[in-house]
Amino acid sequence: MSATLTRPVDQPAAPFVPAYRFELVKLLVQGRIRAVLLVCLLAPAAFVAVISQQSSLPTDTVFGRWMNATGWAGSLVILAFACSWGLPLLVSLVASDVFATEDRLGTWRHLMVAVRSPRRIFAAKALASLTVTLLLVGCLVASSIIGGLAAVGNHSLIGLDGHVLTAGVAARTVVLAWACVVTPALAFGAIGLLGSVLLGRSPMGLLVPAVLALAMNLALMLPVPVAFRLALPSNAFLAWRGLFTEPASSGPLLIGIVVSLLWTAAATGLAYVIFVRRDFTDLSNDGATRRTLVAAALPLAVLTGATALVLAVASPGSTGTGVEKSKLEASLSTAFSHLYVLQTRELHRPSVTEAQLETSTACDKGGSRVPDHGPGNDWRCVVTWRLPGASATGSAIYQLDVTADGRYIADGDGPKEVNGSFQVRTSTGDTPNPLWQLDGYVDLLDRN
Amino acid sequence: MRSTPAVRARGISKWFGRVIALDEVDLDVGAGQVHGLVGPNGAGKTTLLGLLLGLARPDAGSLEILGTPARQTLVVPDGVAGFVDGPGLYPTLTARQNLAALASLRGTRTSSAVDDALEQVGLGDVADNRVRGFSLGMRQRLGLAAALLTHPRLLILDEPSNGLDPAGKQHVHQVIGRLSDDGVAVVLSSHRMDDVAALCTDVTLLATGRVVFTGPLAKLAAESDENDYRVITSDSAKAAVVAADTPGLRIIEAGDALVVRGPVLAIDHLVIRLVGADVALRELTPVVSPLEAAFLALTHTESPL
Ligand SMILES: Nc1ncnc2c1ncn2[C@@H]1O[C@H](COP(=O)(O)OP(=O)(O)OP(=O)(O)O)[C@@H](O)[C@H]1O
Ligand SMILES: [Mg+2]
Repeated sequence: MSATLTRPVDQPAAPFVPAYRFELVKLLVQGRIRAVLLVCLLAPAAFVAVISQQSSLPTDTVFGRWMNATGWAGSLVILAFACSWGLPLLVSLVASDVFATEDRLGTWRHLMVAVRSPRRIFAAKALASLTVTLLLVGCLVASSIIGGLAAVGNHSLIGLDGHVLTAGVAARTVVLAWACVVTPALAFGAIGLLGSVLLGRSPMGLLVPAVLALAMNLALMLPVPVAFRLALPSNAFLAWRGLFTEPASSGPLLIGIVVSLLWTAAATGLAYVIFVRRDFTDLSNDGATRRTLVAAALPLAVLTGATALVLAVASPGSTGTGVEKSKLEASLSTAFSHLYVLQTRELHRPSVTEAQLETSTACDKGGSRVPDHGPGNDWRCVVTWRLPGASATGSAIYQLDVTADGRYIADGDGPKEVNGSFQVRTSTGDTPNPLWQLDGYVDLLDRN
Repeated sequence: MRSTPAVRARGISKWFGRVIALDEVDLDVGAGQVHGLVGPNGAGKTTLLGLLLGLARPDAGSLEILGTPARQTLVVPDGVAGFVDGPGLYPTLTARQNLAALASLRGTRTSSAVDDALEQVGLGDVADNRVRGFSLGMRQRLGLAAALLTHPRLLILDEPSNGLDPAGKQHVHQVIGRLSDDGVAVVLSSHRMDDVAALCTDVTLLATGRVVFTGPLAKLAAESDENDYRVITSDSAKAAVVAADTPGLRIIEAGDALVVRGPVLAIDHLVIRLVGADVALRELTPVVSPLEAAFLALTHTESPL
């Protein structure tokens, strides 16, 4: 028979690295997650490669019109697509599965007994979902860049104010833009974690973060006050566009990153508190009561309100939509000058600099009865510039479609030889007319 | 040298709201003992095993596991392993991946330990198959293999023979026998007396949270003197009349086959009287085994006829 049993000691909590590795393996063996990763790895490259060769480019999307000119534009089109719906949804779906799986499989107690520390389980799960999020973004970046460079090549890119980014600068800025959207992606990942901790295996756990992401995206399409817009984590999904002007309009972007990090911290913290308080010995406990739901939603609502308030106080202009006549005029003048110089070069005319043009713009929204501010497709602008080597001035008309996020498409309305035709005739043949349609961006926070 | 009992429970009770799942239960399990918990559905077997695993705390009474008082929930003392409510496996992982993950969470890295555990329960051939495709019995055995990884001194198994085919049962029985020889205490539950009879040295019978019997298996068989017998004769009508006259016997069912209940002595009398009445006895069989009868009698479950 056995010897005397020695006094047992309580087992210490399992080390972190195996716990993390276990969570990662559980995620990565799932067919669903693998399929998503595979799609993220292949689809962008295929899309960019195919679309870049087409004659009709996705000009509604920022940089879409430059897809056949440089490989870097393709990656930015993917970035814009991903930011509008795909990324927030994907990330919150991945994250909300991390906790819900254990509820579905009924494995909480076994996991608890194996790891022996709810905190460590939480940390391992949060970090595993973070890893998969980064992996997802990494796949999108690599795939879209490779697709673009392979199909079109490493060429210079025209920024959102018409200035030329050399291939090297374009490469750096594209990677930076992708890096910037990692923070809002994390925020949505954290919201997904919170949803699945709160709602367990109920399908609501998957639905709530997704619905929240969609609701925020819809809110950002409306002419809401800038302070409120910047207080939403989704804003950073749009603000990266500011990197493509000169100088970069980094205000909204930096605020977006900070807000996203605050949301990430708040949602993760809430999820953590709710998670470690849960009673895993009670098998009938599955999801939260209405009270916990409110307790979780309230801090996030307060965070949004407080951020909006701080921004409104710190920047008095931010109670409006941020789309102002003077900003549009300045932005269009700059973009026009840059692109006029480009056109001049394409036509092999005597060279001219932006400064020599002394471009100025006068904009009006919807005639005399409509106040001249706010987004809309009824902006009409007249650009005037000094013709090089002559005392006369030239003028051209643009119709602007300005969206609530500060991005606009200016559509040339004549004269024909300046901006009325989509192509210009050069000595080597017809090439796209850079002045025909142009993308622009105004800094909503800028006080102009 | 006196060995510390693996389990020592005194008067433990557990309530779920207004339902009492365990009512002042005493339990003693010594090292090397294979102890069966038997009882009908809802008797409290799983609840008691959960307490032993540290998944919950008793509401009243004292509980010592391997000599240490049970304290916090979800903190299992070193040396205790097992599972209740299913083996808790991840269906998308292979058998090997499931075990390897558990092994690394416990700080043991050796892949040979995993292979060894899989061999012991007879799952070596399917080690790299996903658990998704495993049958109930294969999952049970994999759960047992997971428990073996930690080299436990107290093994807790909830319905380990559930869903096992004869070969699987044999693997499990062999493993449990070997562990017991090594001095490991095993507490397992079942609602089948024959499983318990094949595996256990000691049993505790539970009925609605109360202990109705605890002790060596041999004592249980002697506990109940009554059993049901099926009697087939040349003249069943006459036999029924004779049986009704026999003192100490009750007729449970009359018909082509007569079923009577009573102590062995009364059955002896019945046979003698039948022969005396010119009725030929063609068959006399106990409806259930003596252990089963004791179980049914003690837990007041109606005999399944
Ligand atoms: N988490 C729980 N919440 C509420 N009641 C519970 C809970 N767990 C068990 N019970 C109740 O406690 C009693 C004992 O249940 P238990 O699962 O221990 O029985 P069992 O003997 O294992 O039954 P079975 O043979 O069906 O597995 C039952 O009445 C059950 O309804
Ligand atoms: Mg049970």
